[in-house]
Amino acid sequence: MTSTIERADAHEAPVSKPAKGGGFTGAAANYIDERTSISGVVKEFGRKIFPDHWSFMLGEVALYSFVVIILSGTFLTFFFQASMVETHYDGSFVPLKGVEMSAAMESALHISFDVRGGLLVRQIHHWAALLFIAAIGLHMLRVFFTGAFRKPRELNWVIGFLLFVLAMAEGFTGYSLPDDLLSGNGLRIIDGLIKGLPFIGTWTSFLLFGGEFPGTDIVGRFYTLHILLLPAILVAFLALHLVFVVVHKHTQFAGPGRTEKNVIGYPILPVYAAKAGGFFFLVFGVIALMAAFFTINPIWNYGPYDPSPVSAGTQPDWYIGFADGALRLIPPGLEFVWLGHTWSFNIIIPVIALVGLLALVAIYPFVESWVSGDKREHHILDRPRNAPTRTAIGAAGVTFYAGLWAAASSDLMATHFQLSIEGVIHVIQAWTVLGPFLAYFVTKRVCIALMKKDREIVLHGFESGRIVRLPGGEYIEVHEQVDDYERWKLVDYEVYEPLMLRPNSKGKITGAQRLRSRMSKWFFEDRIAPVRTQELEASHAHGHDGTHGEIEKGPGLV
Amino acid sequence: MARKSRKANRRHPLATVVLIAIGLVVTGGGYAAFSSTTTASADTSASSQETIDEGEKLFAANCATCHGMNLQGTDDGPSLIGVGAAAVNFQVGTGRMPMAMQGPQAMQKPVQFNDEQTAAMAAYVASISPGPAIPDAKYLQADGDAANGGELFRINCAMCHNVAGAGGALTEGKFAPELTGVLSTHIYEAMLTGPQNMPVFNDDNLTPEDKRDIITYLKYLENNPSPGGFELGNLGPVAEGLFVWIFGLGAIIALMVWLTAKSN
Repeated sequence: MTSTIERADAHEAPVSKPAKGGGFTGAAANYIDERTSISGVVKEFGRKIFPDHWSFMLGEVALYSFVVIILSGTFLTFFFQASMVETHYDGSFVPLKGVEMSAAMESALHISFDVRGGLLVRQIHHWAALLFIAAIGLHMLRVFFTGAFRKPRELNWVIGFLLFVLAMAEGFTGYSLPDDLLSGNGLRIIDGLIKGLPFIGTWTSFLLFGGEFPGTDIVGRFYTLHILLLPAILVAFLALHLVFVVVHKHTQFAGPGRTEKNVIGYPILPVYAAKAGGFFFLVFGVIALMAAFFTINPIWNYGPYDPSPVSAGTQPDWYIGFADGALRLIPPGLEFVWLGHTWSFNIIIPVIALVGLLALVAIYPFVESWVSGDKREHHILDRPRNAPTRTAIGAAGVTFYAGLWAAASSDLMATHFQLSIEGVIHVIQAWTVLGPFLAYFVTKRVCIALMKKDREIVLHGFESGRIVRLPGGEYIEVHEQVDDYERWKLVDYEVYEPLMLRPNSKGKITGAQRLRSRMSKWFFEDRIAPVRTQELEASHAHGHDGTHGEIEKGPGLV
Repeated sequence: MARKSRKANRRHPLATVVLIAIGLVVTGGGYAAFSSTTTASADTSASSQETIDEGEKLFAANCATCHGMNLQGTDDGPSLIGVGAAAVNFQVGTGRMPMAMQGPQAMQKPVQFNDEQTAAMAAYVASISPGPAIPDAKYLQADGDAANGGELFRINCAMCHNVAGAGGALTEGKFAPELTGVLSTHIYEAMLTGPQNMPVFNDDNLTPEDKRDIITYLKYLENNPSPGGFELGNLGPVAEGLFVWIFGLGAIIALMVWLTAKSN
């Protein structure tokens, strides 16, 4: 069987040929279009709409930092040697002259001191990497707290999460490449972490390092991961992530005229492309300024890796800090021998906590949609306060992460604030365990209070600060009504109610249903309904038929 | 002929240089001899009795409350038997002694005594309890092998003082102090006497030449600013992380807000 496809464009070509006064640009565009039919794509993409809110650009920052990383990283590969062959440094940095080191460290120093612009590019690469992961983190928080992960974007959330993990892996492998003392210490900690896992630990460590730590393989292996495998996966997922952004269209905050079925904002061409293109150079500029003026990872201070020295103040880069912190926080005395194996719960517990935290982040969209039972698409974002339980869970997660993170710099807190390091650790231990609960309750109450305030403002207006004395001698504060644009933001949100526990088709109530009902109650029991039209009208009518016109009494005066 | 006589009458062109050199050698040598005499005398307690008496008075007034009139120590302070002049010069010369109060460790303060008074106390302590002497100036010139010093520093010192000498935390509120801005003499004396929680690195452990190399390395770090720009306190990834979150991302968010701002 054969099928026929009409060549729709073929006979149109002669018609469009006389480009009327387009000059060279028009002719060139026409030439390309006739051979690639690209105009359809340009038309489609050029008219894509992006809503304008500053927080929507965080993902772009990550993207642009990644571009900077690729550009600077490519330059570095021209000079870096991923080899642990022993050599003696003979470059221009005096305090390392003649010191024995690996070829990797030697070439990293060569880049820093003897390649023109090498140090600047190295610093650009490293600062951009820190910024890349920071922007991803902030982007994830924005998506989480505004509920942008809801249907249909759950899978894109998971892809984004994978990008975050890949970025951390990229960061860690890159940080280890120069084979300096600091990164070697970091690798030693990872080696210990792996060896602490029961049964598989030692095998895994020997597999990774090609024998006993540190061996002579790890830099070469990490280099392959760092410049080949991980970037390839990262770029693939990044492309998928962006395709989904196009397919789903961008989310938007509630506002007049904004519905689940439209997107209001600027089209890519010409406004948004110009802004985004300019923004790339701004991001690049900020990174370049940081790299030009601030030292990062001074490997010449750290010296070559040698398993015997360990520097005080050895920390990983910020994105691995939470793992380092978890190891610092775990109390001692959790290691024992049982069944002929050493069980290092001082390592197993942190690993479980870290993996658990990451897993929760990955599956959260599915948990929330299961609990709420909501299968509709959502393109209007939540204000964080309008989803109090989600916001509170997020705040608890952030607090937990912050505890782990802070613990990684416990020694610096101790020296800089003249505290004892044990005291710092104990306080952060308490913070990490109790802080999330405290953050949860405080955030939830604050969210509900803010919703109550919003309701109050919609119904009764906001306090104008003008005190008026009535003929009867009564003092009141004049309340002014918010305008329609403002009001829209305050009333356009959804409220869920706890699910009823109902028997299924077989007349049974399963355990899963009970759990779901309990979770649903936990999520949605405390809620503030948005103001309905009738309420609003009633409130305004009350205002009009009263003696004081638009003036409303404050609750304290009733 | 005329040339010859003129030459004979005139001084040799290099005569001035030679004269200056001789002058310098004499004064410098005299000074060196004088200084080494003081050092030697502090060590062998052959210092002038006047200095020792002066030191004794100062010791009785400022140190004896805790260290005892005979250096035997009390409940509030350790015995000073065997500490020698170097320890006194370090502790008093950096302002750690006299202590303001008992704490996890003696804190650096503005120095309370001038050089003569410090030297007098050192001479007094050395006269009745000989120990490591104030180091010879030839080890303090920071003219050794910085590469060897760096390697020794990373192996012996960096675990407490940090690879860049930025300092680090110890247990129970104690800490290893920052090493920038510390005089070469004091660095040497600290290695020699092991003040506070620091271990002693005696001359068998680190030879005087090794100590000189370490000083050379530290002075190199101190006198050569980082080739990469501002150092952010040499605190490593924590400072870098804070910087990128606060200033890097902060600047970018400011730009984002600016870019998306609605025109009025």
